[in-house]
Amino acid sequence: MGLDIKYPIGLMFTLMGIILTIYGLATMSDVTMYQKSFNININLWSGIGMLIFGLIMLALVKKKKKEE
Amino acid sequence: MTFQLAWIDYLVMIIYFAFVLGIGWALKKFMKGANAFLEAGRSMPAWVAGLAFISTNLGALEVMGMAGSGAKYGMLTTHFYWVGAIPAMVFLALFMMPFYYGSKARSVPEYLKLRYDEKTRGLNAILFAVMTVLSSGISMYALAILMEKVLGWNFHISLILSAVIVLAYTYLGGLSSAIYNEVLQFFIIVIGLLPVVFLSLHHVGGWSGLKESLGNVATSNGFAPDAYTSMWKYTGTATGNPLGVEWYGILAGLGFVLSFGYWCTNFLIVQRAMAAESTVAARNTPLIGAIPKMFVPFLIIVPGMVALALMNDPSANFALPKNEAGQPIYDYTIIALLKQYLPAGVLGLGITALLASFMSGMAGNISAFNTVWTYDIYQSYIRPASNDKEADEKHYLKVGRLATIFGVLVSIAAAYLASMFGNIMDFLQTIFSMINAPLFAVIFLGMFWKRATGHAAFTGLLAGFLIALLHHGLTAPAGANTLVKGGWITVLHVYPVEMAQNFWTAIFAFSTSAIITVVLSLLTPKVKTDEELVGLVYSLTPKLKEENVPWYKRSSSLAILVILLVIILTILFW
Repeated sequence: MGLDIKYPIGLMFTLMGIILTIYGLATMSDVTMYQKSFNININLWSGIGMLIFGLIMLALVKKKKKEE
Repeated sequence: MTFQLAWIDYLVMIIYFAFVLGIGWALKKFMKGANAFLEAGRSMPAWVAGLAFISTNLGALEVMGMAGSGAKYGMLTTHFYWVGAIPAMVFLALFMMPFYYGSKARSVPEYLKLRYDEKTRGLNAILFAVMTVLSSGISMYALAILMEKVLGWNFHISLILSAVIVLAYTYLGGLSSAIYNEVLQFFIIVIGLLPVVFLSLHHVGGWSGLKESLGNVATSNGFAPDAYTSMWKYTGTATGNPLGVEWYGILAGLGFVLSFGYWCTNFLIVQRAMAAESTVAARNTPLIGAIPKMFVPFLIIVPGMVALALMNDPSANFALPKNEAGQPIYDYTIIALLKQYLPAGVLGLGITALLASFMSGMAGNISAFNTVWTYDIYQSYIRPASNDKEADEKHYLKVGRLATIFGVLVSIAAAYLASMFGNIMDFLQTIFSMINAPLFAVIFLGMFWKRATGHAAFTGLLAGFLIALLHHGLTAPAGANTLVKGGWITVLHVYPVEMAQNFWTAIFAFSTSAIITVVLSLLTPKVKTDEELVGLVYSLTPKLKEENVPWYKRSSSLAILVILLVIILTILFW
């Protein structure tokens, strides 16, 4: 149906990943905020994870386009 | 229990909904006819259809309910997956999909029409149409009530807003839009819940720490120490495990009638596989879906089990909200965990995952409803197809779109009815779900026995449904305080748990339907000739050839992989 769903998925997670990574970095020194998560900066780690996932999806789209 | 969301949480949510609507918008230009809109043009790759297949089932009521069951029954909840879903999915893929897909039927009711006759289709189509809008309404109501209680949003605005979003993307892009969004939802649900899984396990010291904490809970409840972390070990007796059901009850009830009835006949789910691009892809759809499905317990049930450990640990300072009777509301388990562990940012992601799972349930129902309405009711009884195929495609596209609007409007009405008469709606939903077991009997016989006739199938379907109703009216689960749970005629028998009642309702319905269909088929003349039944019945259809397909794409290899994985998981968590 004309649309490669990997493209919007990759785009969305890359965008969300960047936002959460930046937010995680900006709140790095906020000790009270991360007390809940046992002093793990969960935003930073989730952000990085989502960014990697998003970029892999986009790379797959690019690879497929090249093959065509 | 309320959350204070920060701007970052709203930002994550807004990005997600922008993409949801964007996908619908991007698909708009492909919607040239009814086939594209209602059947996604039969063009979906197997992995897309497979993830959508599983995502439709991963609605919010499932996510919240199963996490709650994890907190109640522990690891035994995985029976709903490894016994209650995977075998039926493998069966659907290998033995039923070739006929659903190969018959060129556009819906499950239409398969009944091709295999049996018009009246069997009509009965099924009407019951199904009512059930889907009802379910979509109930899910809409649950979403709005959640947003009101947890996020402090206005009930009416939440209800209308969610309806408008679902309407917008299903109206624009039809089934393709629903399917693509289900894939997106699948990833956001998994990724959105992962932080909770990680942090909750970290809190209790990993799996071994969880086992230890639940050991104390189990002994204080009178079970063996590993009762909450074992699947089969204590199912020798019903009283030895928290679920309260023996191994044969689990195998026969969950593993056979209920799960086969649900996975193999529910058009809402089968429709995803019917949208696949080829017979091989259609066959692989449930198998590809089965792989993530078997790992869903680690995402949902394990955090629920952590909640059980925390509830019994005074130092954790964790409690579920309670109802008027002072009982914990288990459906709020996952929400309580989100609140416990997640700071702003990932919290928005977690809430978005929940909202996404609600939408996936609603959109799935709406996209199944509009297909059944357009093809099985409108095209059959109101305006049959003409000779002009092109004009027809355009006409039915319009009808499909109108049906989408109509379906959403009726769902909103159903949601308001649910808010006023919650019990009645639950009751209606229970009643309509009773159609699954007899439907499975009729479709199964139709696919594997060429002698089964239309008159017999219709009577079998109706009789099975009525027997289910009768059984529900005459029995009740222990401690039931409303007639919704059964016993609305008179109580002849009391079941220890509600699941046992559901299971026996399905068994009676299935057996009655099967026996009546067999007996009446032998008594009525065979109307359809063997030629007419090619592609519809197993013995008359040429076997699907897979020689040209690479071995790793063959359904048989995938099925073996799925079964092996489930066996390994079962042994690991025995």
